[in-house]
Amino acid sequence: MAKQEHEIGWKELNVGCVIDEPGNAACYRTGDWRSQRPVYNKDRCIRCGTCYIFCPDMAIKALEDGYIEHDLYYCKGCGICAQECPADAIAMVDEEE
Amino acid sequence: MAIKVGMEVSIAAAQAVKQANTDIIAAYPITPQTHIVEHLAELVNNGELDAEFIPVESEHSAMSVCTGSSAVGARSFTCTSSQGLALMSEIVYIASFLRLPILMLLANRSLSGPLGIWNDHSDVMSIRDCGWIQVFAENGQDVYDHVFIGYRVAEDRNCLLPFLVNLDGFILTHMIEPIEMMDQDMVNRYLPPYQPLYTLHPDHPVTMGAFTGPALYTETKKAQDEALKGSLPYIMKGWQEFGDLTGRYYHPIERYKTEDAKIILITQGSLGGTASIAIDSLREKGESAGLVKIRLWRPFPFEEFREAVKGAELVVVIDRAISYGGPGGPLAGEIRSALYAQERRPRVVNVIAGIGGHDVAPEDFEQIIRQARKSSGEGYEIYGVRE
Repeated sequence: MAKQEHEIGWKELNVGCVIDEPGNAACYRTGDWRSQRPVYNKDRCIRCGTCYIFCPDMAIKALEDGYIEHDLYYCKGCGICAQECPADAIAMVDEEE
Repeated sequence: MAIKVGMEVSIAAAQAVKQANTDIIAAYPITPQTHIVEHLAELVNNGELDAEFIPVESEHSAMSVCTGSSAVGARSFTCTSSQGLALMSEIVYIASFLRLPILMLLANRSLSGPLGIWNDHSDVMSIRDCGWIQVFAENGQDVYDHVFIGYRVAEDRNCLLPFLVNLDGFILTHMIEPIEMMDQDMVNRYLPPYQPLYTLHPDHPVTMGAFTGPALYTETKKAQDEALKGSLPYIMKGWQEFGDLTGRYYHPIERYKTEDAKIILITQGSLGGTASIAIDSLREKGESAGLVKIRLWRPFPFEEFREAVKGAELVVVIDRAISYGGPGGPLAGEIRSALYAQERRPRVVNVIAGIGGHDVAPEDFEQIIRQARKSSGEGYEIYGVRE
């Protein structure tokens, strides 16, 4: 994975700040934007995959056994997964807690 | 062989754009730039110039087209004045950040209001910090030559910056002058085809103009600032090689009788020619006066400037734009900054003159200098204004 934004010095930038490596949006830590984070209660999870389908940032990993895992590198904390979960298995908590 | 012809400066400028094998011309007509663009339209229409002429609906679109065409590797040209520049200014800043070597001729005209069509420098000063290389032409030959120099320097892999040539509206654009035209072979030797570093091409996808957040923004701006500052030696190289080819040498600071001068007048653009007549007259009267013409406005040639005025006791700066409520004209602000940290520095007197087409004659310069001798150097004066 390429360097994070905050690790790049000005001399390392391409002329005109052109990005010549496709797909490097994957390096962008959108998880920094989060003010609330999802807390997953595996005991309540019915493995329906609704959260996985609704997540707008593909920040939920579907595991082989049907359970899920949040990818906090990308999760912006929008709360859609918690809202859509039919089993109340995801709760949103403030980041500072 | 180069030939000398009598020609309107606008027509000569258009001929130079043709000789430079420009690929794309995107411009919207505005007085006093019109003749340049009209003549280019004619050249393209008559099949004399193999370029795409895009008659855009505004200057905002003109600069947008040039940004796009330069990004795909086309040698791109535009030309405007006053309100036209104001309208395109949003994109002007983007072209320099993207490091696109666009050439623009700016036929300097006052900004509204009041509505006027005549010459001053308020248009270019409104985009002073746009990140382009900016030069001032004193006469028609300067304009013609700087079309080639502009492209050559802009497209240098060590620069890759857009290039702006200022030519005073009417005073230069509509003047018939003797101009030495280069032959095509000479042009081709000086100006090789443009080889872009990056282009928008589906086989090699790149992103130009990506979003940047606070974590990286400062670094991108530092890189841009260093690029413009770092272009100075390559601008000098472009001038040197042009001089070696044509015998016409240009410098960031043009000096006239400054060697032993105690009083130095400072001008930009076409005022330089008139001011030199005043200097001759003062010299005849036994005054130790000289003239410094600021040809290179960005990047500002601090070292060359300090060298040019180092023996002076009084420096009189003529500005053709007002920075309302500020420290003086934009040029004087620059010059005071350039001299502030010097141990010995001359008194700097700032005079605003020649705005909105008001003529400045040689005797006016002599009068300005007489008044400047009595001035403390505080603030600025607007010359010849009626109470």
